[in-house]
Amino acid sequence: MTATSIRLHNCRKAFADGTVAVDDLSLEIHAGETLAILGPSGCGKTTTLRLIAGLERPDAGQVLFAGRDVTPLPIERRDVGMVFQNYALFPNLNVADNIGYGLKVRKVPRAERERRCAELLELVGLQGYGHRAIHELSGGQRQRVALARAVAPRPRVLLLDEPLAALDAQLRERLRSELGQLLRELAITAVFVTHDQGEAMALGDRILVMERGRIAQLATPRALYQQPANAFVANFIGTLNAFAVLGRTANGVQVNGGELPWSASELPGTLYCRPEHLQVTTGPGQVRGRLLGQFFQGAQSRLLVDVGGAQPLSVDSSDDRLHAPGDLINLAVEPQRVFSLNA
Amino acid sequence: MKRSTLFAAQLIFTCLVCAFMLVPVLLSLLAGLTRNYFQGLSSGLTFDWLVQVWQAYSPTVWLSLQLAVACALCVCVIGVPAAYALVRMNNRFSRAFEELMVLPVAMPGLASALALLLTYGHLGGFRGSWLFILVGHVLFTLPFLVRPVMAVMQRQHLPTLEDAAASLGAGPLRRFFTVVVPNCRAGILAGVLMVVTLSLGEFNLTWMLHTPMTKTLPVGLADSYASARLEVASAYTLLFLLMIVPLLIALQALSARLSRGDQR
Repeated sequence: MTATSIRLHNCRKAFADGTVAVDDLSLEIHAGETLAILGPSGCGKTTTLRLIAGLERPDAGQVLFAGRDVTPLPIERRDVGMVFQNYALFPNLNVADNIGYGLKVRKVPRAERERRCAELLELVGLQGYGHRAIHELSGGQRQRVALARAVAPRPRVLLLDEPLAALDAQLRERLRSELGQLLRELAITAVFVTHDQGEAMALGDRILVMERGRIAQLATPRALYQQPANAFVANFIGTLNAFAVLGRTANGVQVNGGELPWSASELPGTLYCRPEHLQVTTGPGQVRGRLLGQFFQGAQSRLLVDVGGAQPLSVDSSDDRLHAPGDLINLAVEPQRVFSLNA
Repeated sequence: MKRSTLFAAQLIFTCLVCAFMLVPVLLSLLAGLTRNYFQGLSSGLTFDWLVQVWQAYSPTVWLSLQLAVACALCVCVIGVPAAYALVRMNNRFSRAFEELMVLPVAMPGLASALALLLTYGHLGGFRGSWLFILVGHVLFTLPFLVRPVMAVMQRQHLPTLEDAAASLGAGPLRRFFTVVVPNCRAGILAGVLMVVTLSLGEFNLTWMLHTPMTKTLPVGLADSYASARLEVASAYTLLFLLMIVPLLIALQALSARLSRGDQR
């Protein structure tokens, strides 16, 4: 199976009530890659997916599959596989007939259909479930049937709309790694929408963060976390501590609770730092504040430290020591872990 | 005990209401089996009247059944796509149309029949055939199918199911027949049940539209009430019930089985 690249070219979509869901979006999705579209609700991520699927027509712009313009084609002629949030399995058909639906539409002979169906049931770990009715399946099983049904006709592109959102946390964790495994095996171009950053990080080769119908940043999970393009992305991916800059000192900047190392010539209004890069230290440290609370999270603890700023600092510490609320905490940070952001 | 007195009072009241409604039916059925109603049961029981009714009126029974089946078919063919279109449109126009569709039910049957006669009465062949009555029945029973089908369509996640079918390559027609219709069958069956019942018992419209050659069972019943002995008319009622009660029970059972299958 040769994978298909997808290109969105200046796509725009507004709804009848005037809200612009997607605004002049241009995007290149490489053949065979898994792209996660991440963002808060209403940011246009689902509309973007539906534009690629052909369930929505753009008001302006084009959608290209492998360089060919598919903008005027409805979904049934785009050769895409789609997994819906609530799975949308046909309740009137059993598991095997659900999976075989797309093959039947393509007039694949019965024997071939049955062979492919058995192969897919095995792929998703549901051997022997072919004759079950949909209402007899658990949420996780339905999710897998939906996936098998979507890939059965060997589509050019696989689209997933919040594929794991309807599952409970534990199952979601397990199915997430299964889904990742499957996407790698299929080597298909896949686009999935999620509001869960963990899911996006785990499954996406690249992540598209969207904000109000536009691209906030498109990058690999690592780049997104380490070099967020702006405060919106940084806040959306992981937790971020913000320090309001009060003024220059000899070798850094003055902030609430102490001073931070900062050598660049320009002086931003706010400096940022990730919770895991603030170290609790017994030495003097750079910033000190009073402990507000400590939350045990297993491998590490999350400490909330009040340094007098608008928000308490979040500090991740793998240190087991139990502090009492009100204790003075000294925090150290390496210079390269402090960064500034575009607004 | 206070509670048991209340219970007894309620039971008696319920029984009285039931008796008030059932006794006339039973008496009428009994009349159809009595040799001479004016002498009472002492004159003895007989099937003679039933046989006589069957000899005189059996064509009306067949015509009624034929009409009911044809009417159910027509209403399905017109009503299911109509319900689908109305659910999909869901705007001011579609809601107005839905109301308009109920008009033939609210209007006296005589009035709609008169309108049909005025418009198509001069088409001799059509006027004289059973199809003329069929048109009236379809007009009258259509909302009784469209309404339940629309209700089921609105409950199901039909748009997403259709999107799913489309993503698998199914065109609009295939989606309608493989996704929409099968997932609405409980509503369709409930509608058909109602349509068949109404069509079999319809009198108002039919009385205006019928010709001596196209008499349905209820029209024949009115005929016999007006012209024949009371025992004959009662035997006719008995025949009607013998026909319709098993039919309704069978349809009801089928519909219950189907809707049980639809539950998740």
